[in-house]
Amino acid sequence: MAAETGWKPDAAQAIIEAGKSAPGALLPILHALQDAFGYIDRSAVPVIAEALNLSRAEVHGVITFYHDFRAAPPGERVLKLCRAESCQAMGCETLVAHLAARHGIAVDATTTDGRLTVETVYCLGNCALSPAAMLDGELLGRVDAALLDDLCRPQPGSVS
Amino acid sequence: MALTENMLIKEIDLGTPIRVSDKSVTLTIDGVAVTVPEGTSVMAAAMHAGTKIPKLCATDSLEPFGSCRLCLVEIDGRRGTPASCTTPVESGMVVRTQSDKLAKLRKGVMELYISDHPLDCLTCSANGDCELQDMAGVTGLREVRYGYEGDNHLAETCDTSNPYFTYDPAKCIVCNRCVRACEEVQGTFALTVDGRGFESRISAGGVDFLDSECVSCGACVQACPTSSLIENTIIAAGQPEHAIITTCAYCGVGCSFKAEMQGNKLVNMEPHKAGQANEGHSCVKGRFAWGYATHADRITKPMVRERITDPWREVSWEEAIGKAASEFKRLQASYGRDSVGGITSSRCTNEEVFLVQKMVRAAFGNNNVDTCARVCHSPTGYGLSSTLGTSAGTQDFKSVAKADVIFIIGANPTDAHPVFASRMKRRLREGAHLIIADPRAIDLVRSPHVEADYFLPLKPGTNVALLNAMAHVVVTEGLVALDYVRERCEPDAFEYWATMVAEEHNSPEAHERYTGVPAADVRAAARLYATGGNAAIYYGLGVTEHSQGTTAVMAMANLAMATGNLGREGVGINPLRGQNNVQGSCDMGSFPHEFSGYRHISDEAVRHSFEIDWGLTLSDDPGLRIPNMLDEAVDGRFKGLFIQGEDIAQSDPNTQHVTAGLAAMECVVIQDIFLNETAKYAHVFLPGASFLEKDGTFVNAERRISRVRQVMPPLSGREEWQVICDLSAALGYPMHYTHPSEVMDEIARLTPTFAGVSFARLDELGSIQWPCNDAAPQGTPVMHVDRFVRGKGRFMITEYIPSEERTGPRFPLLLTTGRILSQYNVGAQTRRTANSTWHPEDVLEIHPFDAEARGIADGDLVALASRTGDVALRALVSERMQPGVVYTTFHHPLGGANVVTTDYSDWATNCPEFKVTAVQVRRTNRQSDWQEQNAEEAVSMRRIAPTVPHAAE
Repeated sequence: MAAETGWKPDAAQAIIEAGKSAPGALLPILHALQDAFGYIDRSAVPVIAEALNLSRAEVHGVITFYHDFRAAPPGERVLKLCRAESCQAMGCETLVAHLAARHGIAVDATTTDGRLTVETVYCLGNCALSPAAMLDGELLGRVDAALLDDLCRPQPGSVS
Repeated sequence: MALTENMLIKEIDLGTPIRVSDKSVTLTIDGVAVTVPEGTSVMAAAMHAGTKIPKLCATDSLEPFGSCRLCLVEIDGRRGTPASCTTPVESGMVVRTQSDKLAKLRKGVMELYISDHPLDCLTCSANGDCELQDMAGVTGLREVRYGYEGDNHLAETCDTSNPYFTYDPAKCIVCNRCVRACEEVQGTFALTVDGRGFESRISAGGVDFLDSECVSCGACVQACPTSSLIENTIIAAGQPEHAIITTCAYCGVGCSFKAEMQGNKLVNMEPHKAGQANEGHSCVKGRFAWGYATHADRITKPMVRERITDPWREVSWEEAIGKAASEFKRLQASYGRDSVGGITSSRCTNEEVFLVQKMVRAAFGNNNVDTCARVCHSPTGYGLSSTLGTSAGTQDFKSVAKADVIFIIGANPTDAHPVFASRMKRRLREGAHLIIADPRAIDLVRSPHVEADYFLPLKPGTNVALLNAMAHVVVTEGLVALDYVRERCEPDAFEYWATMVAEEHNSPEAHERYTGVPAADVRAAARLYATGGNAAIYYGLGVTEHSQGTTAVMAMANLAMATGNLGREGVGINPLRGQNNVQGSCDMGSFPHEFSGYRHISDEAVRHSFEIDWGLTLSDDPGLRIPNMLDEAVDGRFKGLFIQGEDIAQSDPNTQHVTAGLAAMECVVIQDIFLNETAKYAHVFLPGASFLEKDGTFVNAERRISRVRQVMPPLSGREEWQVICDLSAALGYPMHYTHPSEVMDEIARLTPTFAGVSFARLDELGSIQWPCNDAAPQGTPVMHVDRFVRGKGRFMITEYIPSEERTGPRFPLLLTTGRILSQYNVGAQTRRTANSTWHPEDVLEIHPFDAEARGIADGDLVALASRTGDVALRALVSERMQPGVVYTTFHHPLGGANVVTTDYSDWATNCPEFKVTAVQVRRTNRQSDWQEQNAEEAVSMRRIAPTVPHAAE
């Protein structure tokens, strides 16, 4: 991903300042922050609230409403695995079980080595190629256990 | 009282807000024709037709939301089952609120709610007052087919961080009423829904309630249909069994409350929807901070002592009253008739205040009576009376809903008048413009969904310069409402005034050197005020407590007259009066030169009417004001003082001068509920009664007279008004009343503006805004409608004269004082409640520049010194302040903020210049000498001798 490592308050402040004058600024700012850092640190809430003259509670409410906004940094790679009807019919739950059994990876969590985050999504609009997934923003079709094994294989030089 | 089943006073909930419209719409609901104003919801229309539609997420204090799906109805010609709360009525609509299909749908919805709700009704704190329980009842829910094995929220833990209420997520049905109440009613936006779908939970922004933006107003608790948000007192005591409507005894908003009782024990204060001052809203003080009324510190037995260094001795009422009377008589015999006087209390009822001033005038035989308004809004009385003809604000609170431009100067409504501030914020969210002039950036300058168009951060003491500069713009840029002025004001006075303000030295550019406010901002604000539609001024003690306090009040009146902003809804000049009954105590003739209704004692006809009624001759010599009493006491000429419920040793400026005056007196009699700071200098203590223990009336900032009703007997065993009558009788002037209503009858008989007021009339109308007489039998919400009370409005000359209190090398900063939300005035009440959770001590706010220059960090102990005295406080480094200005509050006696304030006062009324004191601030490691001595005396001068059992016992 393009995300930098770690939260940078000054950079976050600059993103918020740059976006605050647009109409309906909250969501674009949240997206921009997540694009930059991979997540939205809790410390951004009062800064956004102050910039947009909203309450902290309102900003918190919007962030938590959208599952796509993360409260903690993701792993180096992010796999969004579709678990909606079509993909269920084509065996996505088997893939979930495979990740757990073979690699000890839970869905909606990040691996302990910080390399991979697997997230649930409900429909990527790619039903014809179920089970579908998205890896670091790139759409994948006909996902199978082999592809997951590839993803989970320790990289050369990795500590795990 | 007539026996009624409705002893708890359960108000009707129409489900959606009342709509006002010229057009009415007729529709049929369950075969009954009903006519309602256009815009009314089907749900509210059904209530008018006598049918309750089941509901959970709707309540009439909030806009409809349409989420609970219980209020579904069938409407001919419409598909499906629309929600009645979000469906406005239409002409000819045919609605069915009950059918087999609807019953099945509603039962199904209830079944889902209850599948994630504990079945512990019998032990639930809302048992007996739960809308969820009621809806389970009306929908006939008998079973929950889903079981409780699946995911649910029943094991979630309570948030008990707020001292007054508990949030139990397990009981929550996520109807959003609390979130919407916080937004729509209170305007704080402290609550939200965390997550979505099944995970949705009410949240104070991801933190607990105490750490959140919550201001503890109680609106969410009131809106909650279950026990998810509920008062801790109800959890502890259970549901009340009867309620009595009364009026809050905190600020000048004068909120109406239902005191909810179990026998004579108060268990809850619920804001009363029909109360016209607050319309069902409340703040943390009135709603929750009433525990002081039964606090262990209450003194309930009369006490006397020979010297102020002696311990107090508990005695009988007869002995205490006898001693007070004999001492006053002795002093008058030795030192002359004018050597004694009295101070009335803005915390007490009109009836009690009236009796004290009557006692002074009739039994003491002089006019040495004054009141605490001396130190707050006396300039309002004088300034508005000389320009417009009435010593009071011109509007009702509701008027703000019609304002297009709101100009706040020297007031901090969200802290000091929070319930009115919520009304104001609602109007601001609707788009009204806002101008704020204040040395300190108050919350309204910028807080969620509210932002001032112009914030004018003037230097303390320069209000008149700013107001003249605004007037200069109005006059020189041709913004005067000429027709209005020509028709309604004195032409010569206008010409003089217009010439004065038009002079170059009154231009914003010229005044910038005093005010520090950029001239361009002043010009823009003045243009907005003059041309933005209905413009309303709201002000507080930041205007009056100055050497030119009266001048500033006149300057505002000039500005409003010149722009035609008086005499209709949405405009006006509105003092936000500090105390519950400060308006009333002034109305009752508490000033040394005035009888009730602001009539001068030198007016023969007026004085004669009192002489006939009271059966004796009255003095026509104006008496002493509070500062004069203290000066004369120090000089040895003033010897005895009766003080009703006021703590001048903490509230008045230059504490050491006040206490020197008190210590020089031979007899100080205190009537109060606590052994306050002033009582340290007293010889007789007469235990008073809290507002819960008395019958009477208060007058709020909008001239609204409201009933205070006794909900429990006085802890001292004697009514406060009765004690004054007893003292007066012992002084040789008996008064004969059997009930406070008879005192009001006397007030009405003797006071033209109160002529139509009686307890019976108040019970009938709920409340009445004076003037109430034959010309206005229902009272007067807006004053000066067709003409000013004095006839023609009179422009007054208001040249700016800087305060004599100046900064210099030794005292380079200016101190100004104010209030915070959770504490009230000298804190005698709020400090004895959990409100101290939010504000345990007074702090000194200081700008980062000034702090850095002095090496002061947040939380450091600092010495605050003026030419008058010094104290030590903790510093709060804050960008609310402007450089050169520091700020503190005076809620805590140990802080002793008024040790620092000076003797300067308003030229016309002697109102002290609390808001401008030249000071220096430096780091320190110890309390000041005064604080150390005060801490020692707080104990030594308050000792009460142990009661010795009678030999026969």
